[in-house]
Amino acid sequence: MSSLQFDIAHLLAGSLVLASFMMLYQDRLYALLNVYALHAGVLALSVAWQAYVQQAPHLYITALIALAFKAIIIPVALHRIIKRLGIHREIENVIGVGLTMMAGIGLVALSMVVMLRVTPGADALAREDLAFALSVVLLGLLIMVTRRNAVSQVVGFMSLENGLVLAATGAKGMPLVVEISVAFSVLIAFIVIGIFLFRIRERFDSVDVQALDRFRGERR
Amino acid sequence: MNGLRDILSQGAQMSLVLGLAPLLTGFVRKVKARLLRRRGPPLLQPYRDLVRLMRKDVVLADNASWLFRVIPYLMFAGTWVAASLVPTFGNGLLFSWTADLIAITALLGSARFFQALAGMDVGTAFGGIGSSREVMIASLAEPAMLITAFSVAMIAGSTQLPTVAEFMGSDAVGLRVSLGMAFVALTIVALAENARIPVDNPATHLELTMVHEAMVLEYSGRHLALIDLSSQLKLLLYVSLIACVFLPWGTATADASVARLALGTLVYFGKLTVLGFLLAVFETAIAKMRVFRIPEFLGAALMLALLATLLRFVSGSL
Amino acid sequence: MIAVALWSVAALLALAPAGVVLSTRPRGSIILYGGCLIATSTLCVTALSALLYSPQLAPSAILPIGLPWLGAHFRLDALSAFFLVVVNLGGVAASLFAIGYGQHEDSPGRVLPFYPAYLAAMNVVVLANDAFSFLVAWEFMSLTSWAMVVSHHRDAENVRAGYVYLLMASFGTLALLLAFGLLASNAGYDFDAIRASHPSAALTGTVVILVLLGAGSKAGLVPLHAWLPLAHPAAPSHVSGLMSGVMTKVAVYGFVRIVFDLVPEPVWWWSMVVLLVGGPTATLGVLYALMQRDIKRVLAYSTIENIGIIFTGLGLALAFKAEGLDWVAALAFTAAMMHVFNHALFKSLLFFGAGAVLGATGERDMEKLGGLIHRMPKTAFVMLVGCVAISALPPFNGFVSEWLIFQAILLSPQLPSWGLKLVIPAVGGLLALAAAFAAACFVKLFGISFLGRPRSDVAASAHETDRFSLTAMFALAAFCLIAGILPGLFIDALAPVSKDMVGNIMPHQVGLQWLTIVPIAESRSSYNGLLVFLFVALCGTAAASAIHRLASDRLRRAPAWDCGYPDANPAIQYSASSFSQPIRRVFGSVVFGAREIGEMPPPSSPLPARLQVELHDRIWDWLYAPIARAIGFATERINILQFLSIRRYLTLVFVALVVLLLVVAL
Repeated sequence: MSSLQFDIAHLLAGSLVLASFMMLYQDRLYALLNVYALHAGVLALSVAWQAYVQQAPHLYITALIALAFKAIIIPVALHRIIKRLGIHREIENVIGVGLTMMAGIGLVALSMVVMLRVTPGADALAREDLAFALSVVLLGLLIMVTRRNAVSQVVGFMSLENGLVLAATGAKGMPLVVEISVAFSVLIAFIVIGIFLFRIRERFDSVDVQALDRFRGERR
Repeated sequence: MNGLRDILSQGAQMSLVLGLAPLLTGFVRKVKARLLRRRGPPLLQPYRDLVRLMRKDVVLADNASWLFRVIPYLMFAGTWVAASLVPTFGNGLLFSWTADLIAITALLGSARFFQALAGMDVGTAFGGIGSSREVMIASLAEPAMLITAFSVAMIAGSTQLPTVAEFMGSDAVGLRVSLGMAFVALTIVALAENARIPVDNPATHLELTMVHEAMVLEYSGRHLALIDLSSQLKLLLYVSLIACVFLPWGTATADASVARLALGTLVYFGKLTVLGFLLAVFETAIAKMRVFRIPEFLGAALMLALLATLLRFVSGSL
Repeated sequence: MIAVALWSVAALLALAPAGVVLSTRPRGSIILYGGCLIATSTLCVTALSALLYSPQLAPSAILPIGLPWLGAHFRLDALSAFFLVVVNLGGVAASLFAIGYGQHEDSPGRVLPFYPAYLAAMNVVVLANDAFSFLVAWEFMSLTSWAMVVSHHRDAENVRAGYVYLLMASFGTLALLLAFGLLASNAGYDFDAIRASHPSAALTGTVVILVLLGAGSKAGLVPLHAWLPLAHPAAPSHVSGLMSGVMTKVAVYGFVRIVFDLVPEPVWWWSMVVLLVGGPTATLGVLYALMQRDIKRVLAYSTIENIGIIFTGLGLALAFKAEGLDWVAALAFTAAMMHVFNHALFKSLLFFGAGAVLGATGERDMEKLGGLIHRMPKTAFVMLVGCVAISALPPFNGFVSEWLIFQAILLSPQLPSWGLKLVIPAVGGLLALAAAFAAACFVKLFGISFLGRPRSDVAASAHETDRFSLTAMFALAAFCLIAGILPGLFIDALAPVSKDMVGNIMPHQVGLQWLTIVPIAESRSSYNGLLVFLFVALCGTAAASAIHRLASDRLRRAPAWDCGYPDANPAIQYSASSFSQPIRRVFGSVVFGAREIGEMPPPSSPLPARLQVELHDRIWDWLYAPIARAIGFATERINILQFLSIRRYLTLVFVALVVLLLVVAL
């Protein structure tokens, strides 16, 4: 692999981490969705580049799925949901942006160390891709943990899934069937969650998941 | 002969930045005005303002101390020296090794230190508010700048700006994601340091929203002219810095021929025009932030810079 | 050479009992401080010549005092010589300052006898070449400084400060005692013997941790810093200057002597521990400093910050030394030593300035000062120099040492260990934050107390301090500038120290073109303080004269403008607390659990609105308070032992004896 190919792959994977950070930083729902669409777009580009580099045409399909579902359909649908729910106000983070970002940096450092340590033999690109992918997964989890709003939790979950796809393409091994089934399961998860959102709102007049906790008699 | 030439090119650099700084500010103002479909002040208006202010009497507050009168000169001198150490048209000038990127940052820090003191000297409420907010902004912007410098220095293997510029212009540098992060961080820092729009508004005199203007509220006449000139120099410095690190193409080396140097100067003008235009577009497109949103904005720059450094530390050893 | 040094120390010791007599005489303090001045300058010159002209000589001496089979060993190698210079430069400045300042003292009998003894003790710590004399001198240093901390004993806060200080000092000495005990277990107390021995890795690891606890508690490393901001401000100002500027350096000396010299080759995780303590110490120390409103307490907290910077440098040096990169280790070590020297200069200067303000106004609270630049112009000028220097701004000395540390950080990707690769950039970030906070902190200190309008009558009627104090402060300020613009001289002077401690030296600096400093290679990094200083001075004067000649030099005075709302009441100005409010709001809630409680009475009510700020020292709440509670709990339980009958006491003794015998028997 030439150094330019490597550089572009590295740049795209790194941009995915960067987009995850932008999601951590955003505290408005619409902006969050837009960044998520960007996240998915970067993922699609990254996968497509891998397809070109590895000369694996089935990865183009993966890229297409990512672009169509994750970068266009899901964000648009979520936009609509938010509009119908009327919740386009600020997200309340559980902890402040500064602390979240610091935790994020720590997670990236952690995944770097773990991945680079356990894969000394693999080639440089796969190692870096895996490290970046693990960071994206961890950052997605962090988004889910630090947000109270159900919609942003969904977005956190989706970005986590993007990290998995990145890992799979970097590792040059995921069969197309698995990829398609993962994409569909995500879609189904999305539909189920969407339905749930409306149900939650009907019950509690809010999609703040704290309302659920209160209903169960828990206190924060 | 060679020594004379070196000194001449260094002198050319110093007068170039000094002469160009008001023009850049005028250009940004003009573009902003045109984007808002106003006609805007003429390009040369900043020069006229400076001359007019220089000629006026200084009206000094009754209890202003000697420090208050010295600070404009200190700020101006510090910023001017810092600005002439950043490569513009040519690389590797005679005194370019006097201070590296870290020292330039610290030199600007000195200028700001004194500016914040000036805000507190007369003992007014507005001066205090300006200084106190300025140090809050600086306490995040300066580390962000330093860490950005770290990541750039690690990529280029040097903190010397001429070496960095040379390295960035060569083929050895690839597309690096840490470079992109450093660029975003440096841009945010530059916006904050120059009191540009999302952080502060250079055009406003609304009391409670201003930071930079509140600190220099008591200045008048030649003192105010010098302070204005040093903030214009600072804007030029940051734009040249971004140009020299991230758009390093076309810069001449110091021992190149005169024609090559002239070409370098033209290219430099081109870079300034592009970056100034982008700045104006950005400022027009975005709204000013509340004061306590600024720490988050700058904190993001700090984190990006840290992330860039971290990535560099790790992937540097692959 | 060492004989001169020891005789001077003896002279200082002899001055201590003389202090008792002299304290009753009207001009006694002048004689005593004059004596100290002579003795410390002799020591300073001796040590300097040892460092510059015969660093490899390392003369030693054995005196027949102390333990009968050991004697007292002394040695003057490069490291000792350097620290002697630091200690005695501080001593000279403090004694000179005190000739003037000491006359304000209400009860000189509580300070005079201890002052020379304290100086002598610090010198002996640095000179000692066996564990016994080292520890005795260390403890003597703690006790004499404690005596001066409680010299103003009528103030309840000072008594508390003294109590906490005594506790922490004992803890530190205990840790050092254990460390030396472990080291001496297979070698004896003589440092030469310890150096020659080969202790096991586990043992040296334990020793390093113990030394970090012992020396670190004296130096003020977080979380062992709790006593420092209480004790340092409580002492008379010249002693505060010595404690902050010099005694913390003696603690650094203890750490360097044991970790770099006495124990064999370092292991990388030691540096990890040191870095993880040093970086947060720097940032937290200065954040605490920002929140204070008492001048001397601000300075004490800023000492903690600088100690953090020094230990970061030492940690880097350890890391590079452990990995065999001794040329980078030399850079980091030299940077740390340079900062030791610089901090001694500007911290003494700032404490003296605070003392001058205290003498002139009787106030340490910044909220009651203001406008002193008009009443005390010379003090204000030197304080300004000190503030710029400590904020690590060019062209003064603080910047040079931080710049060198940053250069060492930039070389750390060469380290093989993953942990260090990740910790070092984070520590670099913390240092950058600390530098920026320090600038904010000293803008606040200088701006609130010296600029603006006086906030109280005492500040409005202050008067300039005496000539001796001013001489001392101006000398220190001049040193700050010289060390800032000619750092090459100092780096070269430190070469033998770094040669002894890390086995390599930085490239030779003097003789480079224009006196630039180049730590590694010119294409990599260079800095020229002299040229920066000259350029700024030239550009500033040129601009001033050009504008005055060509444009306008007229000036008139008028009331302040203030956007058209000038108010004659000085209370309208920003105060120390309001100045730090934005930073408190951004960082305080996380670090200090800061909360602002506003009370706004209803519109018709005549009651004033109130704003209260709560700050918590989390380290105190989470570490010290539980320990104190646990000890309180335990003592209450054990308390019953005090009220037993004789028969029961005898039973206890008997049972203890039998148990011991059983242990021996089995």
